[in-house]
Amino acid sequence: MPKHTLSVLVENKPGVLARVAGLFSRRAFNIHSLAVGPTEHPEISRITVVVDVDELPLEQVTKQLNKLVHVLKIVELDRERSVQRELVLIKVRADSRQRSDVLQVVDLFRAHVVDVSTDALVIEAIGTPEKLDALLAALAPHDVREIVQSGTVAVGRGARSITERALDRASA
Amino acid sequence: MAQVQTPKPAVARAPSVRRPAAEPTSVGESMTGAQALIRALEHAGATDIFGLPGGAILPAYDPLMDSTKLRHILVRHEQGAGHAAQGYAHATGRPGVCIATSGPGATNLVTPIADANMDSIPLVAITGQVGASFIGTDAFQEADIVGITQPITKHNMLVTNPDDIPRAIAEAFFIATHGRPGPVLVDVAKSAMQSMTTYRWPSRIDLPGFNAGSKPHAKTVNEAARLIATSRRPVLYVGGGVIRSGASAGLRRLTDLSGAPVVTTLMARGALPDSHPQHLGMPGMHGTVAAVAALQEADLVVALGARFDDRVTGKLDSFAPNATIVHADIDPAEIGKNRAVDVPIVGDLKDVFAELVPSLEEEHLKHGKPDLEAWWRKIDDWRETFPLGHAPTEDGLSSPQHVIQRLGELNDPESTIFTAGVGQHQMWASQFIRYERPKTWINSGGLGTMGFSVPAAMGAKVGVPGETVWAIDGDGCFQMTNQELVTCALNDIPIKVAIINNSSLGMVRQWQTLFYNQRYSNTDLNTGHGTVRTPDFVKLAEAMGCVGLRCESDADVDATIKRANEINDQPVVVDFTVSKDAMVWPMVAAGTSNDEIQYAKGIAPQWDREE
Repeated sequence: MPKHTLSVLVENKPGVLARVAGLFSRRAFNIHSLAVGPTEHPEISRITVVVDVDELPLEQVTKQLNKLVHVLKIVELDRERSVQRELVLIKVRADSRQRSDVLQVVDLFRAHVVDVSTDALVIEAIGTPEKLDALLAALAPHDVREIVQSGTVAVGRGARSITERALDRASA
Repeated sequence: MAQVQTPKPAVARAPSVRRPAAEPTSVGESMTGAQALIRALEHAGATDIFGLPGGAILPAYDPLMDSTKLRHILVRHEQGAGHAAQGYAHATGRPGVCIATSGPGATNLVTPIADANMDSIPLVAITGQVGASFIGTDAFQEADIVGITQPITKHNMLVTNPDDIPRAIAEAFFIATHGRPGPVLVDVAKSAMQSMTTYRWPSRIDLPGFNAGSKPHAKTVNEAARLIATSRRPVLYVGGGVIRSGASAGLRRLTDLSGAPVVTTLMARGALPDSHPQHLGMPGMHGTVAAVAALQEADLVVALGARFDDRVTGKLDSFAPNATIVHADIDPAEIGKNRAVDVPIVGDLKDVFAELVPSLEEEHLKHGKPDLEAWWRKIDDWRETFPLGHAPTEDGLSSPQHVIQRLGELNDPESTIFTAGVGQHQMWASQFIRYERPKTWINSGGLGTMGFSVPAAMGAKVGVPGETVWAIDGDGCFQMTNQELVTCALNDIPIKVAIINNSSLGMVRQWQTLFYNQRYSNTDLNTGHGTVRTPDFVKLAEAMGCVGLRCESDADVDATIKRANEINDQPVVVDFTVSKDAMVWPMVAAGTSNDEIQYAKGIAPQWDREE
């Protein structure tokens, strides 16, 4: 099933994330990743949902999402016309002998080391899901102890703002 | 970037449904949150509410006692309050209101809320919640009712600040009644009810994310008109949306103008008079052969406020296989949900008819009226060959279909409302009673809630006291919610209940007969003829302050119904003991194609599948 990235603008109201997430599970859609955070407008939050779903059910779930009172707007962001990023933190066990090998991988992927101790490193990497998968594969031979990954966040390319348009409508 | 959909923002004047303006003293007046809640309910236009008090909602019950505008009917179980509010809403078209306390009071409302959500009934449920500082501590009678009802409400909200109470109530009534109607729950913390606030009714409703509905697009309406004018085998497939919209007059005009056959679903019975010659009756699992066959053979299906429910379509892949689909509904999410649609029309059915009828007139001027004669010949042949009917019983007991048919014939359709529970009696009541007006057939369609009938009848009678209200019920259903007869007896709500007593969970038994080798696992209720009769429905009725009657043979049916109709100062319960072997026919077995409809056991009509 193809992955789709939806940006869902919602009013900052209690329980709104549960409503959105609940709708996906209730209609048997598998959420691949989910990220939520504030926007440039204090009353509006933005939820980015990546979901594995075919076109027809996607249309249905989008229509159902639109029925939620606190959902202001839903936009599907396609890969070519948007910037999509995830963040991953990876804890790798590495003593002085292994450290340089690990650092080489970090450099290759333009990742950063954000914490160092005598026997471990924490690597921070930002990129497309594909790039992060490749990084994880490159680190696999090493002693990876922990991986924590954010959901995808995405924004459309160019000057247009979906938040502005949602707000215009709201105050119209 | 693909913009998936643009919901229309709802910015509107606050609803003042029946009372245009509140007395000036109520604005800016200092009062408790509880007083504000009651004032807001009055302000929203509520006049009758069904409920039962308890700890967390207690503060609201105190000012309620002083309200001269709100009639509160004290039920015996919160589920009864919910279904009564549903029956009230269905019969009047105004939102029904129910009220309960926190915890178990609130969870007892879950079934009616889910029911209202499935059948698009405007319902406002008010629940008390434990004090704000106790929320999340597993306090006594605490339940997260907002979380619990999230998937089954159109919207819900928790109010912990007394200043927010009037706006929450205004929004609840607005959301429940605008767009596709549905249930809204407002959970009010006890602490908010006990705190002081300054009462302010919002001057406007500001819900930027709420889609209150849009006007139908002229382009798709005209395309629908063109299809109706040019198809040779059209069918108007009418759903409950026509009744919720109050669009029966428009449907009548479209029916007369198009000359097309009409089927009305379980939720739409009464949307078009059954006496109309183009009416083929109900489609679906227990629909008439003519209605089912017409849909299967149609070249055009015009769905009007219907949702292609599995009980109507049977096996979806083989439903109306050759039909072009026009689908008009107020809810864009219904369009294309189950069946791909060729011509989508989003809008209130009233608006749709207002545009579709003139558009069709224009098409007729251009192309003339279509020749539907061959189509009607076929349909009339089905109607004549496979009319609705029933065989006499083999055990000498009353035939349930006969009882129900006589209930329909001995009551004036112009002044009678029928409610039903769920099961065989419901299907027979839909099949054998002729409905001539909308809002006179009230049942639980989507959720299929046993026990719906008695409380729904109570609510309908409160809403429309001038009409006779008959609750047609099964012996299984009746044992779920009959406690509300006490409420009826004590509050002068003289409904009439016909228990179609086949001493079993009849529809389940029918499936056991047909699909489980007559192994009757747990469907015998021992309430009927030749059993211990526990409970004795006549004695039970009398114990609850009602008149109890019993009828055990076809010969007594008419006299018993007449007797019940003469009693108007008390609720009446009639125990019609009937044969348990009667079955609902026709039938499309679950999961099979509508082409395999059986007229009676083992008799499958064949229609010409060549054309």
